[in-house]
Amino acid sequence: MALRDITADDIESLAVGAWVLGTGGGGSPYLGLLNMRQLYRDGYRVRLMPASDLADDDWVAAVSNMGAPLVGQERLTDSKTIARAVALMEEHTGYRFRGIMALEIGGGNGIQPLMAAAHLDRPVIDADMMGRAYPEAQMTSVAVGDLQPWPLTTVDVRGLESIVEKVPTWKWMERVSRKICVEYGSIASTCKAPRTGAEVKKWGIHGTTTKAIAIGHAVREAQRKHEDPIAAILSVEPGKVLYSGKVVDVERRATEGFLRGRTRFEGMDDWRGSVMELAFQNEWIVAWRDGEPIATSPELICVVDSVSGEAVGTETIRYGQRVTVIALPPPEVFLSDKGLQHVGPRAFGYDIDFKSVFA
Amino acid sequence: MRRIGIDVGGTNTDAVLIEEGKVVRAVKAPTSEDVTGGILDALARLGQSGVLRTRRIDGVMIGTTHFVNAVVQRRSLTPVAALRLAMPASASLPPFCDWPDDLAGIVRGGVWMVEGGHEYDGRPFMPLDTVAVQRAAREMKARGLRAVAISASFSPLDSSHEKQAAEIVARELPGAAITCSSDLGRIGLLERENAGLLNAALADLARDTIAAFEKAIADSGIEAPLFITQNDGTVVEAAQAGRLPVYSFASGATNSMRGGAYLSGLQDAMVVDVGGTTTDVGQLKNGFPREANSVVKVGGVRTLFRMPDLMSIGLGGGSHVSLEPLQVGPLSVGYRLLKEGIAFGGKQLTTTDIAVAAGKLALGDRAKVAHLDAATCARVFAEARRMVEETVDRMKTEAGDVPLVAVGGGAFLVPDKLDGVARVVRVQHGDCANAVGAAIAQVSGECDQIFRDLARVEAIARAKEIAADRAAAAGADRSTLSTIETEDMPLAYLPGNSLRVRVRVVGDVAAA
Repeated sequence: MALRDITADDIESLAVGAWVLGTGGGGSPYLGLLNMRQLYRDGYRVRLMPASDLADDDWVAAVSNMGAPLVGQERLTDSKTIARAVALMEEHTGYRFRGIMALEIGGGNGIQPLMAAAHLDRPVIDADMMGRAYPEAQMTSVAVGDLQPWPLTTVDVRGLESIVEKVPTWKWMERVSRKICVEYGSIASTCKAPRTGAEVKKWGIHGTTTKAIAIGHAVREAQRKHEDPIAAILSVEPGKVLYSGKVVDVERRATEGFLRGRTRFEGMDDWRGSVMELAFQNEWIVAWRDGEPIATSPELICVVDSVSGEAVGTETIRYGQRVTVIALPPPEVFLSDKGLQHVGPRAFGYDIDFKSVFA
Repeated sequence: MRRIGIDVGGTNTDAVLIEEGKVVRAVKAPTSEDVTGGILDALARLGQSGVLRTRRIDGVMIGTTHFVNAVVQRRSLTPVAALRLAMPASASLPPFCDWPDDLAGIVRGGVWMVEGGHEYDGRPFMPLDTVAVQRAAREMKARGLRAVAISASFSPLDSSHEKQAAEIVARELPGAAITCSSDLGRIGLLERENAGLLNAALADLARDTIAAFEKAIADSGIEAPLFITQNDGTVVEAAQAGRLPVYSFASGATNSMRGGAYLSGLQDAMVVDVGGTTTDVGQLKNGFPREANSVVKVGGVRTLFRMPDLMSIGLGGGSHVSLEPLQVGPLSVGYRLLKEGIAFGGKQLTTTDIAVAAGKLALGDRAKVAHLDAATCARVFAEARRMVEETVDRMKTEAGDVPLVAVGGGAFLVPDKLDGVARVVRVQHGDCANAVGAAIAQVSGECDQIFRDLARVEAIARAKEIAADRAAAAGADRSTLSTIETEDMPLAYLPGNSLRVRVRVVGDVAAA
């Protein structure tokens, strides 16, 4: 298969779709979108390559920005920093990357590989390692596969560059890289451990950039035609509506660097008289309907505005919003016992067995 | 206490005279192109009976949509020099990067980005490059720019770099209108900077408008200090309002809410203001409007600063009505109602025609709408009710029934019973609620700074003193001051025991 051009309109759709796949977290893609609009105005173009086209011995860079979303509001993401993290990894390892992929497709990080790809003139690989957004480094398909977690490069726009040369586990990678990030001012551009083409083909979650663009495109078309955006999402994704209602309570607390809390909803339309509660740790993790847990991570719990179809984040959700809660199927890799150890409800401290809403 | 409240709206200029808390007289005049004419006209009508000459007036409070309209209509804007202190961060997203092209084309006088700014924990991000600031100021001068907007990363936490840069610019560009983003906004560099850029773009218009207000009042023979109302329901002296015009953007809606509440005697209520084209719904807590804590777009520009949380829908006294299928609004005949409404001999069916047919309003010629039967009128009112109910419900922050005050010329569209509402209150002079809200506005003082080596209690007490002094200096009566907001945040990385404290106090305008 040939490389496909990503159009300026695709990027607008990607921003909307990545926000939906962010399942409440991952940070808004807005600033990434502004960066890409600017790059396209300046003549840069980015192409998309299917993971299946990789040769087994190709090297692939996996990128993300890490840090506090609040800091990202003051130190605006710069397209050159993420490119520098990739270049630094090439200098350190001596590899030449065939392409660049996202660590997480959900939220702002869904757009980061496009910025690096624009500056370094490489394709974006149509795959990621979460299929959504998650808060920690061990919550990835490659961690489930016990692939090597090191090395990692972190870059700050002031010329601060650090390499985490070796760690024994993904959890250690999370702890050490988090410390560096905090010292930088709680924001850093990172290039994760390089992956071979064979690893990406086996452990990558394929087609997620295309999926995010398709979801975003469906929502934007529905908005343009004044049609139902929820139906539009379900026409491109085999999802299920869990609930539709109004936000009646939001409780948030910042603990150990995460935003945790609960949101309560009151049913409307078909769900009148029924109550929903969602718990979050940056992302939506567990959904209870009338006291019964009905959906949990790793299934994607997406909260979208019932009228616009735009995603609603855990940081910004507020009383009175009319929302629809949708479940989307998770990547297969997280449904194994090992996968559930990494990202099942117990990984977030909920003593609940995972039970699929699609069963 | 005798005060005059004036609301300069897009269509009408309303004026009220309030004496010892009671509305003595309320009048309306059409708003004039030059603003001054409408005010002179309104004041002449207000003073017809001689009431303005018999005793002293303690203050004239003006609320206006003039500044926000200038942004929306892209007129009377000054080119702005944008100076951002955040390099090397954020370079790929320079000032104006998310503005609509037409507005950026008018306002963007030049962009300078230099090293500076802070981190989230109070450490400097980079030392301020004062040499680069000076060079930028000289280039601004060479380009003939006189309005400057300065922004720095995390300046709401530490504004010292912005203030230092402002001093340098003021030295190089004497007489320049300088806006620091830390005087306006919250966390969110792009949105706070946008508010600063809009503020700077309004520098000339604000100065001229305030001068026109002062002249109109003097020409009317009134000797009283002039105050301008703000988004949060307080007033500032005219000179200060001229420096921060964006703080007056939403004051019209705020004044309606506060005026409605005041006339009803309620402190906590929903207020529904039904105008000719739109209905604004907001909520008052302790007599002040709830603040929006999310991005508010003004003229297509994303901003984040002190604005009331409002929801507007396209429902008003001039809203178009179509019957098959039933639709009310969002199109409206607006101020052309008296020409285009059917009851007035026009051709467009409006909500006012329906109210005339139903006998709810005695306006125009009822015979012209006699063909509208009771069932049709009931359907239209039911649709208006549904629209208002949904908006009120969305604006609530907690479940439970609340009292609701209906004001504005189109308040007849709000029925006496609504779901989720304990009772609907209507008030005398409700059609001039905005001018009443202006007249009763209080003066505020704010302190937002970092205190070192003081215990928390002492630091807050010190901040309250500073805020009280500022309120008094702005014209408040000290004996009436009360604290309406306190917030404190420890800054872990700063030397000593550092605490950022924000306090706001309000009080009545002192008698002249």
